Amino acid sequence: MLETRIRTLTPKTPEEVLAAVAEAGAGGRKLEVIGGGTKRGLGGIEPVDAVLSTARLDRVIDYQPEELVLTAQPGVRLGELERLVAGGGQMLAFEPPRLTGLLGARGEPTLGGIIGANLSGPRRPTAGSVRDHVLGFEAISGRGERFKAGGKVVKNVTGYDLMKLITGAWGTLAVLTEVTIKVLPAPRAEATLLLFGLADTRAHEAMTQAMNGPFEVSAAAHLPAFAAAAPPLKAEAPVTALRLEGFEGSVAARADALAARLAPFGRVERIDAPHSREFWGQVREVEAFVGDPRPLWRLSLPPASGWKGPHALPGHALYDWAGGLVWLLTDEPAAKVRAVTQGLGGHALCLRGAPAFAPSTGGLGALQARLKAAFDPLGVLNPGRFP
Amino acid sequence: MHMPAPDPALIARKGEIVAALRRIVPGEGVVSEPAALVPFESDGLSAYRQTPLAVVLPETVEQVSAVLAWCQANGVKVVPRGAGTSLSGGALPLADGVVLCLSKFNRVLEIDYPNRCAVVQPGVTNLAISEAVAAEGFYYAPDPSSQIACTIGGNVAENSGGVHCLKYGLTTNNLLGVEMVLMSGEVVRVGGKAFDAEGYDLLGLVTGSEGLLGVVTEVTVRILPKPETAKALLLGFPSAEAAAGVVGDIIAAGIIPAGLEMMDNPAIRAAEAFVGAGYPVEAAALLIVELDGPEVECAELSAQIRALADARGADFARISENETERLAFWAGRKAAFPAVGRIAPDYFCMDGTIPRRKLPEVLAGIYRLGEQYGLGVANVFHAGDGNLHPLILYNLDTPGDLEKAEAYGADILRLCVSVGGVLTGEHGVGVEKRDLMGEMFDPTDLACQQRVKCAFDPDLLLNPGKVFPTLHRCAELGRVHVHRGKLAFPDLPRF
Repeated sequence: MLETRIRTLTPKTPEEVLAAVAEAGAGGRKLEVIGGGTKRGLGGIEPVDAVLSTARLDRVIDYQPEELVLTAQPGVRLGELERLVAGGGQMLAFEPPRLTGLLGARGEPTLGGIIGANLSGPRRPTAGSVRDHVLGFEAISGRGERFKAGGKVVKNVTGYDLMKLITGAWGTLAVLTEVTIKVLPAPRAEATLLLFGLADTRAHEAMTQAMNGPFEVSAAAHLPAFAAAAPPLKAEAPVTALRLEGFEGSVAARADALAARLAPFGRVERIDAPHSREFWGQVREVEAFVGDPRPLWRLSLPPASGWKGPHALPGHALYDWAGGLVWLLTDEPAAKVRAVTQGLGGHALCLRGAPAFAPSTGGLGALQARLKAAFDPLGVLNPGRFP
Repeated sequence: MHMPAPDPALIARKGEIVAALRRIVPGEGVVSEPAALVPFESDGLSAYRQTPLAVVLPETVEQVSAVLAWCQANGVKVVPRGAGTSLSGGALPLADGVVLCLSKFNRVLEIDYPNRCAVVQPGVTNLAISEAVAAEGFYYAPDPSSQIACTIGGNVAENSGGVHCLKYGLTTNNLLGVEMVLMSGEVVRVGGKAFDAEGYDLLGLVTGSEGLLGVVTEVTVRILPKPETAKALLLGFPSAEAAAGVVGDIIAAGIIPAGLEMMDNPAIRAAEAFVGAGYPVEAAALLIVELDGPEVECAELSAQIRALADARGADFARISENETERLAFWAGRKAAFPAVGRIAPDYFCMDGTIPRRKLPEVLAGIYRLGEQYGLGVANVFHAGDGNLHPLILYNLDTPGDLEKAEAYGADILRLCVSVGGVLTGEHGVGVEKRDLMGEMFDPTDLACQQRVKCAFDPDLLLNPGKVFPTLHRCAELGRVHVHRGKLAFPDLPRF
């Protein structure tokens, strides 16, 4: 009987990853590379000969809180990582989302998967994305070569910044075997100010004023009424939320100043740490859209234009990143969603219902293809995942 | 330090090359007279000089594109240049190459406050961006010491830092998009006003690529609202160990100051003699700590830091009472390089980064090496992120001094790498640290980087001789080496 089930390789050392990739290349075979596999459905994948999982490369190698750096293998689970740095009074400042509920996925993301996807949470506008926190790595390229880039210190410009290239590459250039990331002190206190009942355009004005003042707003989101109805808010109207983090006295002072600035937008309510944390967890995980079967999009737009996307694309929308990130449920055709988004100066990622990425075309597309060929000329890694 | 051997055939074609460039950029946009080329002979790393074949100063993207396309078609090397303030020789010309100077791209194109960004041409100075948005209460965060002169295009090429990058990041963390021209003449746009671009992160890749991948013709930078207040502390210590200890204590307390600088005694003395900032000239080490944010936060944290400093035996402590005083505290640090320029005829500025906890050990090593080489050294550090700037003092007119200073600098950088650090934190590799790349990267690591170069510039015409110690032809790098039948791990599960 023919064996149809695809084999999963679970190397435990970089040497084993090297052997697996080199052999695949030598044999003209293709590999799907996965971490926790929670975002495996994103992006097409052509037929592969085996799955290469980094799940067993799961050691934390070094954590130096005072140096703000952590070195680990890519298979370390997000929860373990978050617990570890929380123990040192620190955080992953880019607030990585799991999105398992939203995507109906089982399991838990890994460090390598988070880097491959470059998906960041609500703190992204001020703290940067995953790519701003990757300091160095070791990996096996699609050529079956073990190489490293960057360093293990927070400030380094030696050689090309391959960390940026590998972050968000969806495992199509190399298989990570070790990563050094920047970690930062966790805020001692947080508070969230809430505005109620604002229309999308008015909410964007409020978010812009908050972001443009000296308040150090660490997250700004706008939720329609159906999304704001869940606990802890239980609101009956749209909610615009602005988060402040830092030392207690500072948060208190900024909250007062920001509330005064927002007074023209109506009643301002404040929620503190436990409720604030719960609320931003819901925003990060897009909980309001969990279980809805409609096509799901993530639009990246110039923040002040955020509302224009959904207004041209009927459906349900949530706004994060002060308008720069729009989660959208819509039945509009994929081509229209992409065209509207591009017309506004952004781009669209589809999480369900259409191909995840727009095909890359023109000079930029050709350049992307040459970069893929530089690292993986035989097309061994994640064929077809990234157009 | 050796540059690739010039091609006499190209030098012989100077007349033809200049004529072709003049057809693309008419008028005074092409410089070819020997006397007029002198200002372009070197950049901020003035120990190295080379007269280029010609300098071209285009005014439009179309001209940049046509110049690069012509040069590629004719096998002419191109060295891009902004203001020429690089400290690593990034804009050092080639005898058989053309310098492409972006100084005429000097306009702020758009300021978009609702999206908190500015679109500028690459020849706009770093400081001019902050000045352009100051009236609305904004600024551009990265602030290299040369910010009055250095251009944003050069900042993108070098991924420049500055004293504020501990809290606000390097150039790469403050960009949203660029337009750039490839060596082929092709114009591509990456990113824009949205936070993340689609596809591989070419914006991140190009930033810090030292002019080897493309010529940036437009930059979209993030601008930030100015903090409500800023406060600076001056803390003097009887030992470098104590000062370094406080730096670690501050981070461990969960405080990321806006700036966290350290100077050693020779640097303190030089700066004080130069600007009279009120620095304690007897101190072995001085910390300058800047806090920004709400008044209440600055007050609380400065008291906390003061206590941490006292606990480690600080024998000098001042907290700025007003903005004039804060700027005075910084005046000495910001003038450290020219100040050192007054106590020695020439100096080399090193730029290694180390894990912070290694600071006392590395500083002792720097002094020990200085004694061995018989050269003086003054140290200014971006202590918060472990980025060292030892200034090696020498005299170009003393035979053998330059070579000694180069060897001393190389030994310092080897020391940085040996304790887990890197060759350069913010100045770039350029020609200065090019031959030390092998200390950090093995041939496979370097081949991976050079293949990236090949994807952008397959004929290696854009800024050759920088960053990589050895030039490999792209055809050779691109080969796939397949070793059939040699399985390293015969017991592994197979397909």
